[in-house]
Amino acid sequence: MTQSGSPISAADVAKVAHLARLDIDDAQVEHFTEQLAKVMGHFGDIDALDLSGVEPMTQPYPLVNVMREDVELPTLDTDEVLASAPAAEERRFRVPPIVGTEG
Amino acid sequence: MATIPTTASEIAAAVASGVITAREVLEAHLARIEEREGEIHAFNLVTADVARAQADAIDADVAAGRPVGPLAGVPIALKDNMCTHGIETTCSSKILEGWKPPYDATVVTRLRTAGAVMVGKTNLDEFAMGSSTENSAFGATRNPLDTSRVPGGSSGGSAAAVAAGFSPVSLGSDTGGSIRQPAALCGVVGVKPTYGRVSRYGLVAYASSLDQIGPFATTVADAALITEVIAGHDEKDSTSIPQPSPSLVGAVSQGVAGMRIGRVVDLPGGAEPEVSARLDAAFEALAAAGATIVDITLPSLGYALTAYYLIAPAEASSNLARFDGVRYGLRVNAADTNAMYGATRAAGFGDEVKRRIMLGTYALSAGYYDAYYGKALKVRRLIAQDFDKAYESVDTILMPTSPLVAFKFGEKADDPMSMYLCDIYTIPTNLAGHPAMSVPFGTGAHGLPVGIQVLAPALGEEAMFRVGGALEAAAGGAQ
Repeated sequence: MTQSGSPISAADVAKVAHLARLDIDDAQVEHFTEQLAKVMGHFGDIDALDLSGVEPMTQPYPLVNVMREDVELPTLDTDEVLASAPAAEERRFRVPPIVGTEG
Repeated sequence: MATIPTTASEIAAAVASGVITAREVLEAHLARIEEREGEIHAFNLVTADVARAQADAIDADVAAGRPVGPLAGVPIALKDNMCTHGIETTCSSKILEGWKPPYDATVVTRLRTAGAVMVGKTNLDEFAMGSSTENSAFGATRNPLDTSRVPGGSSGGSAAAVAAGFSPVSLGSDTGGSIRQPAALCGVVGVKPTYGRVSRYGLVAYASSLDQIGPFATTVADAALITEVIAGHDEKDSTSIPQPSPSLVGAVSQGVAGMRIGRVVDLPGGAEPEVSARLDAAFEALAAAGATIVDITLPSLGYALTAYYLIAPAEASSNLARFDGVRYGLRVNAADTNAMYGATRAAGFGDEVKRRIMLGTYALSAGYYDAYYGKALKVRRLIAQDFDKAYESVDTILMPTSPLVAFKFGEKADDPMSMYLCDIYTIPTNLAGHPAMSVPFGTGAHGLPVGIQVLAPALGEEAMFRVGGALEAAAGGAQ
C-alpha cells in the first residue's frame, strides 16, 4: 500500500489540477509541486500508527435519515437566482457548447 | 447623549429601556469604523444603510412599546462567508466577487429576529482557508493591537472588528481554529460551539464535517449571549443537532469550585515559552478558584494536523466544485464548458485555495484514497477516542489556543506548512466535533495577547463557559 509520506511528483500535480479543473501552467506546476511535497512529507507521521481495526470517522455527530415531511414549500425566486448567473436565457443557465469543439 | 456601553448585553438593556437609541449606538460604531477602518481593513463591505434602517426599526419598536429581542440595537459584524439576502457575499474570493445571495443564512435570520444590527461583512482568508487573513483576494486585515502584525485567520476581519471597537460582537466560522486563533491573536473572546449546535444553512461550505459558526466578543458573557441566540435546531441543516439552544449566560459567573480541569501531559510542543507560562498561570488561577487540576494524556493529538490537512482539503475539493462559472460568480468564457471550468477556476481561486483543492483531489484519487483520506478518517477516530477517555476523568481541558502570539505579515505567507502549524492546538476539537473557546489571559512576547483555550466534550458548552468565565475573572484581577 502507498505510504502517506510518499513524495508527490510534478506529473501527479498536473494530473490532479486537470481532475479539479484548474488550468495551471508548467511554472505553477513546479511551484505547487515543491510546496505540496513539503506538506505531504509531513503526512508520513501517521504511517507510524497501527490503524488496524479502527473504524473510519466521517462525521462527529452521527444522525441518520434526516428527512422532512414531503410537502410543498416555497423555493428560491427563479428570476432573482438567474439574475446572479453569468449568462441566462429563457429562464435557464446558459453555458458554452458541452461537446463537439475539440478535434 | 448617554455614554455608549461597550458590551452587547449592556447595549441591549439600554436600548430596550430607552436610555439610548439603537441609532445612537450604531452611529458611534460607524464613527469608529470611519476613523480606523482604512488602517485595519476588517471589512469587505460596511452596510451602513442597512444598519441604519434596522436600528431605526428597533427604535420605532421601543418608542411604540413593542417587545424587542435580546440583542436589541447591538451592532454585529458577519464574516463574509455567511449569506445575506441581496447583500454581496464574497468569501474574499474573486470567484464570488459581486454575488448577492438570494437568501439569508439561518444565523442572519436569528440575529435579525433578536434585534441585532448588521454593520458589515468582514474579511477572511479566501474561503476560510488560512491562519492570517493574508489569503484574502481583497487585501489582508491588520491586527488592531499592532498593525505590522496579522490578526490571525481565517476569521481575521471579525476578530479585528471586535478588537478595534467597530462592533461589540461578530460572527466567524471555525473549521480548524478559524475563530479561536484570531480571537487569541487579537485579544478577544472566541467560541466554536459543538458541531451541529449552530445551523450551517447559508454558510458557504469549506469542510462540511468540521465547519461551525460561532461568536467573537469582548467578554465571555457576551459570547454566551450570542451563542444562545444563534444555537438550536434548524431543519434546513441536516447535520443540525435536534436540541433547543442551551442556557449559557448564567454559567459564566457560576465559578469552577469542584470542577475537574485536564492538563495534557503529552501536549505536542512548539508553543512559545511565554505562551506556556500563561497556560501554567491559568491552571494556578483555576486551582485557586477551587478547581482540581487532573493530568491526562491525549496520545494521538500529535497526528491531528495530518488528519486535518487531509480531511479538510478532501471535503473542500468536493465543496468547491460548485464554483464552475455556470450559476453564480465569475465566468471566464471559452470555446466549450470544460475549458470554461478550467479557465474560470484558475482565474477565480487564489493559490492557497488551489493548493487545498489539489491536495484534497490527490488524497481522494484512485490509488491514494486508502493511503491518505482513508487513514486520516481512522486517525480522526483515534483522536475522538482519546478525548472520550480523557473526559471520563475531567470536565474540561485547558491548552494554549495558538502556539504563537500575532506574527508579522509575510512571515509564513509562502510556507504552507509553517502556517498550518499555527492550528496545532485548535484542530483536534474540530476533528472530534467538540466545543472550545479562547479567552484572553495576559500577554506574551512583545506584550501581545495570549489566548487560553478551554475544551469540553460534545454539548458541554455550559462547563466550557463556567471555566471561561473564571479565567476572565482571574485575568481581570491580575491586570
